Amino acid sequence: MRHIISILMENESGALSRVSGLFTARGYNIESLTVAPTQDPSLSRLTLVTSGSEEIIEQITKQLNKLIDVVKLADLSEGIHIEREMMMIKLRAERTQREEIKRLVEIFRGKIIDVTDTSYIVELTGASCKLDAFVEAVNADLIVEMVRTGPSGIARGSKGLGI
Amino acid sequence: MELSGAEIVVQCLKDEGVEHLFGYPGGSVLHIYDAIYRQDAVKHILVRHEQGATHAADGYARSTGKPGVVLVTSGPGATNAVTGIATAYMDSIPLVVLTGQVPTPVIGSDAFQEVDTVGITRPCVKHNFLIKDVKDIALTLKKAFYIATTGRPGPVVVDIPKDVTDPGIKIPYDYPKKITMRSYNPQAKGHLGQVKKAVNKMLSAKKPVFYTGGGVVLGNASKELTELVDELDYPITSTLMGLGAYPGSDRHFLGMLGMHGTYEANMSMHETDVLIAVGARFDDRVTGHIQQFCPNAEIIHVDIDPASISKTVRVDVPIVGPVKQVLRDMLRVVKEHKKKPDKDVLAKWWVQIEKWRGMHCLKYDQNSDRIKPQFAVETLYKVTKGDAFVASDVGQHQMFAAQFYVFDKPRRWINSGGLGTMGFGLPASMGIQLAHPKAEVALITGESSIQMCIQELATCQQYNLPIKILLLNNGYMGMVRQWQEFFYDSRYAQSTMDVTPDFVKLAESYGHVGMRITDPAKLEGAMKEAFAMKDRLVFMDVVVDPEENVFPMIAAGKGHHEMYLSPESELV
Ligand SMILES: Cc1ncc(C[n+]2csc(CCOP(=O)(O)OP(=O)(O)O)c2C)c(N)n1
Ligand SMILES: [Mg+2]
Repeated sequence: MRHIISILMENESGALSRVSGLFTARGYNIESLTVAPTQDPSLSRLTLVTSGSEEIIEQITKQLNKLIDVVKLADLSEGIHIEREMMMIKLRAERTQREEIKRLVEIFRGKIIDVTDTSYIVELTGASCKLDAFVEAVNADLIVEMVRTGPSGIARGSKGLGI
Repeated sequence: MELSGAEIVVQCLKDEGVEHLFGYPGGSVLHIYDAIYRQDAVKHILVRHEQGATHAADGYARSTGKPGVVLVTSGPGATNAVTGIATAYMDSIPLVVLTGQVPTPVIGSDAFQEVDTVGITRPCVKHNFLIKDVKDIALTLKKAFYIATTGRPGPVVVDIPKDVTDPGIKIPYDYPKKITMRSYNPQAKGHLGQVKKAVNKMLSAKKPVFYTGGGVVLGNASKELTELVDELDYPITSTLMGLGAYPGSDRHFLGMLGMHGTYEANMSMHETDVLIAVGARFDDRVTGHIQQFCPNAEIIHVDIDPASISKTVRVDVPIVGPVKQVLRDMLRVVKEHKKKPDKDVLAKWWVQIEKWRGMHCLKYDQNSDRIKPQFAVETLYKVTKGDAFVASDVGQHQMFAAQFYVFDKPRRWINSGGLGTMGFGLPASMGIQLAHPKAEVALITGESSIQMCIQELATCQQYNLPIKILLLNNGYMGMVRQWQEFFYDSRYAQSTMDVTPDFVKLAESYGHVGMRITDPAKLEGAMKEAFAMKDRLVFMDVVVDPEENVFPMIAAGKGHHEMYLSPESELV
């Protein structure tokens, strides 16, 4: 099953490679990994998407917790949470295609953030499946390039993952 | 007090109470070496290869419980140390390894003797650091010792660029007395509710068995374990790493379990209904085929590392905490409990166990005119009255040592279990002897293993380390040959040691005493003579039966109940 794991980590150089190294060394799946500093500059927040049996996920969280730099960890999939991913996708947009793309972008509540005579860049935010759906919906021939951040997540409610 | 970075490094070691530092100099650590030169509280032991430094520090740590400390230079110094670091990591041994690094401004430029030490060692350390500022040295070293020695211990590498130790830059020095880290909090206590749950299961068991590992040794919990086992009158078996934690000569002890474990230990594992695992990690050499492991048992597992629990085998009652505290709580709960183990049921279990024990699975040919390796180990046991520190290398001799030297005390049996590092034994023995100058230290090794760190014979001479080396010379990489005999139709591909040095002359050339022994009748006398030379290293080249194999044996993919007991035997 797919799990989304949130990690609060010391903002030390090399912290990220400890996480990614753990996944390669132990042969765990890693679908995506995002990192950025938090309001406390000494801490980074990572969101990691992985999949595996319950036993493997249990091992993954234990092994992550064992990393000395990991301050706190939560498996967001265990509770109600919100997930968002951002995508920028560059599409070929000529004549009749332009209107069609615009309509699609509206339906998905995206934004066109760059325009040339022959192209658009579309920005889209949402759960990863919504981004997938958009990519499905546009004609594959029109896609020039795309870049996705990978999801980040946060648990609903008043409680936070903090120290 | 104003000190330079180099002086701070040495002062921190002093303040940590470090007595011995195992190392080898080079460009990037010269400032530190200069600071070492100008003091005498920390004694530097100059090894002959950085692998030797890490193993020596490791032997020191295993035999004392204190962290072993290493200092090596950047680049090749660090890479040479990696085998020793990985060895310590696999067996959870506390080491602090200081590695020199090129100056911070040139890091990343492929400078002379630059390697990414933090990157290379990351997968085989508990943690590592790169110090970028002289102001960070004291706190980082404090953290390094704290991390290495607490929780589940392990090696910590501290990479120190040369400019950080610049003798020209002095700053105020203050070594932190205490440390807390928000991201590392190893002092969890085992949950009393879980302990009670475990005890309930233990007391209603019909065929209980304790299965204990290196964690009991590391956690200094021998006394607590012994009291609990004796109180319950339950059988106990141990992994290779746990030998000595419970007295090996006690009748409760079934011997080692696993691939080369005893019949009685492995059969008890197969039949048990309540397995009490303490400080052990269900390693594949122990469990055999995982699907057939303890098929009838409910499993209680006490371990300080939550990640060890249910890693390979699902457990029913996990208890995360220091084994010492958990065992103490268990004993208290057992004593206060209304329920007592059912004496009759337990007696039946013991009858069964004694039947298995009656198979004498470790028997070997006593009338051979060649020296049998088992006989050599038994003779060592006799001559040292069972009270030596025994180190070993890796191979058949290691298994014979584990099977035939009976360890009654913890920290007496020192070997590389997890990584199985040939070359470990000699340098490890140096660390043991330095830590215990008056004690008898014996190294059981093979002609192949000993050659991997043989250069340390010079270190032994330099520091007067009177180790007694028992080389079980079978002219083969015996353990490899055994597998080739069994599983490759005796095609001995590259496992014969066709050329070995004259070990007697070799020992003598390093200034030691050499002996060659071929006659079983003369073995005991020669060994006594060797041990009588209290202040000399004696290298006993004991020519043993080249074709002897280690039994019992569980082949890969088999369960505990499927052992070969002898070359002729079918599976039993
Ligand atoms: C560094 C290293 N290389 C290879 C091995 C694989 N190996 C395991 S046992 C063994 C043979 C050891 O031979 P020896 O030291 O003579 O001991 P014996 O088995 O003959 O008692 C080998 C090559 C190892 N464990 N370590
Ligand atoms: Mg050999």
